[in-house]
Amino acid sequence: MTAEFSSHQPSPSCPSAPSRPADPSQPPSPVQTAALTRPATSPGMTRSCVEVARRALRKYFRTPGLWAMGVVQSVLFLFTFRFVLGGAVQGGASRYADYFVPGYVATIVLFTGAGIAVAVAEDRVQGFTGRLLSLPLPRSAIVFGRALADFTTNAWSILATAAFGFLFGFRLGGTITDALAAFGLCLVYGLVFTVVFMVIGLVSPNGQAAQGMSMIAFVFAFISSTYVPASTMPGWLQPFARYQPITPMVDAVRSLIVGSSGDVGLALAWSALLLAVFTPAAVLRYRRA
Amino acid sequence: MTRQGTPLLEAGGITVRFGKVTALDGLELTAPQGEVLAILGPNGAGKTTFVRTVATLLRPACGQLRVLGNDVVRDAVAVRRDIGLAGQFAAVEPAMTGRENLEMTARLFGHRARAARRAAAVVIDQLGLGEVADRRCGTYSGGQRRRLDLGASLVGAPRLLLLDEPTTGLDPTGRSEVWEAVHSLAAGGTDILLTTHYLDEADELADRVVVIDHGRVVASGTVGELKASVGRDVIEVVLADPSRLDEAGQLLERVTGNPPRLDRGGRRASVPAGGLRQLAAAIRCLADAVIGVDEIGLRRPTLDEVFLALTSDQPDKPPVTASPATSAPVASR
Repeated sequence: MTAEFSSHQPSPSCPSAPSRPADPSQPPSPVQTAALTRPATSPGMTRSCVEVARRALRKYFRTPGLWAMGVVQSVLFLFTFRFVLGGAVQGGASRYADYFVPGYVATIVLFTGAGIAVAVAEDRVQGFTGRLLSLPLPRSAIVFGRALADFTTNAWSILATAAFGFLFGFRLGGTITDALAAFGLCLVYGLVFTVVFMVIGLVSPNGQAAQGMSMIAFVFAFISSTYVPASTMPGWLQPFARYQPITPMVDAVRSLIVGSSGDVGLALAWSALLLAVFTPAAVLRYRRA
Repeated sequence: MTRQGTPLLEAGGITVRFGKVTALDGLELTAPQGEVLAILGPNGAGKTTFVRTVATLLRPACGQLRVLGNDVVRDAVAVRRDIGLAGQFAAVEPAMTGRENLEMTARLFGHRARAARRAAAVVIDQLGLGEVADRRCGTYSGGQRRRLDLGASLVGAPRLLLLDEPTTGLDPTGRSEVWEAVHSLAAGGTDILLTTHYLDEADELADRVVVIDHGRVVASGTVGELKASVGRDVIEVVLADPSRLDEAGQLLERVTGNPPRLDRGGRRASVPAGGLRQLAAAIRCLADAVIGVDEIGLRRPTLDEVFLALTSDQPDKPPVTASPATSAPVASR
């Protein structure tokens, strides 16, 4: 069938009309692409990452709905837990702030990360990813550049959330060095969550679906030691709450901030494992965009 | 440019599947350099899939595709350096200005900062975007946005420009803006592959047309060759009295043995015919039946009719259309 049709040639005896009926009275002035030069080489990894990141950051900081949304959401959450629910928690609201604020700051990207998934899905639907993939930049630069941009916006979310945490009564229990180490851990987690949300965005058919799929993060955020100790949950829920990665990650940050028990090494191991799984998944998935 | 004599495109039996759907089904195609090539087909025919395969966004499940001699799978980076993609699946960033978009794309083609600025300036100048270049392109009109999109695909001076449905969704002004840009690019020596489901667009822009349907090539050639390949000329009658259109149609069917196409608004009936002898017979029959005729003649088929004949599953039953104007988009099937 195919061969038969593809070899179809019009009869050579048939006269053919001129193929371009452009109006001869108005010849188009040719676009002199000769004035454009072809780059000698493909762009390197660094330049490609910088360009991809710069575009994502411009989009983020030029769209108030993006940079402000994360902060507004953080404030609402902090406010609710501190002033609405906090009073009912054993030990009182101000001590509860010291418990949940470090955990909330550490996992803030689980809440703001839906924006990453939506942005990635929309880039594909709207064709921006197609443009990038048609250009000679290294494929992985699309993921690394995006991660670089989100690393910056995550830092912004983490700092803004922490600032409101202090405003709402949270106080550091350890040294400044410990606090900086905790901030560093939060940045690492942010990177981990970013790559996970990127994969969610890449497997979603569109932005709305990406938003919906991102809700799965709530399961991990809430069924963990972030807001209440896992030991207060029903027995059947405790294994999940104890052993899913968010709990050791939050415990490590809290241990640095208020000197509770936590294992930084375990938190970093989980981070490394998640990065090792989701980064290649994102790179591979981008190829199919 | 270089590599003279290498075909622009050589597709050898390429098949692309999405799950159970076969979008390209052993497509065969060879196109020389130096031409504007239009891929024409109804929605779902595989046009976009073909462009995305040429642009290395999709890998064929089997078959071979070379672009200017480079294989789209093995030499993908070389292909990407030769092509510029614009249209349906290549977008600009609305939160950035036109200039920022062009400079970003230029750098991602491999230009250094200074060369990227220069390339952006050249494109802005040549596509007439000077007035809007420093506005965020979220504020652009449809036509401006498409021209910027086109410009973004040019900053790396590609050898082959891929335009996927470059005018879909544009108003007539935007459409003619894009047409003008394509004409002038072609005149400036850029090879262009475009897809469209507008027949007049292919007629207007392309040197060579490839008609695809169900993921296969059903015909290819110049517009004139395609019209000739469908063979038969068309008898077209414009009646003095529109109420006798059905009667005239029946007469034409009896004379030619083909079902006529009736256009009530235009008081027009057309039917594929064997030639002058049938035209004479038709005139005689119409005169015998005392059906008044304003115009009658024999003409080459329009691209519209060619297209229907090539892609219709039931070629014996051409639909009665309101207007045979070729500017009508082909309805999705």
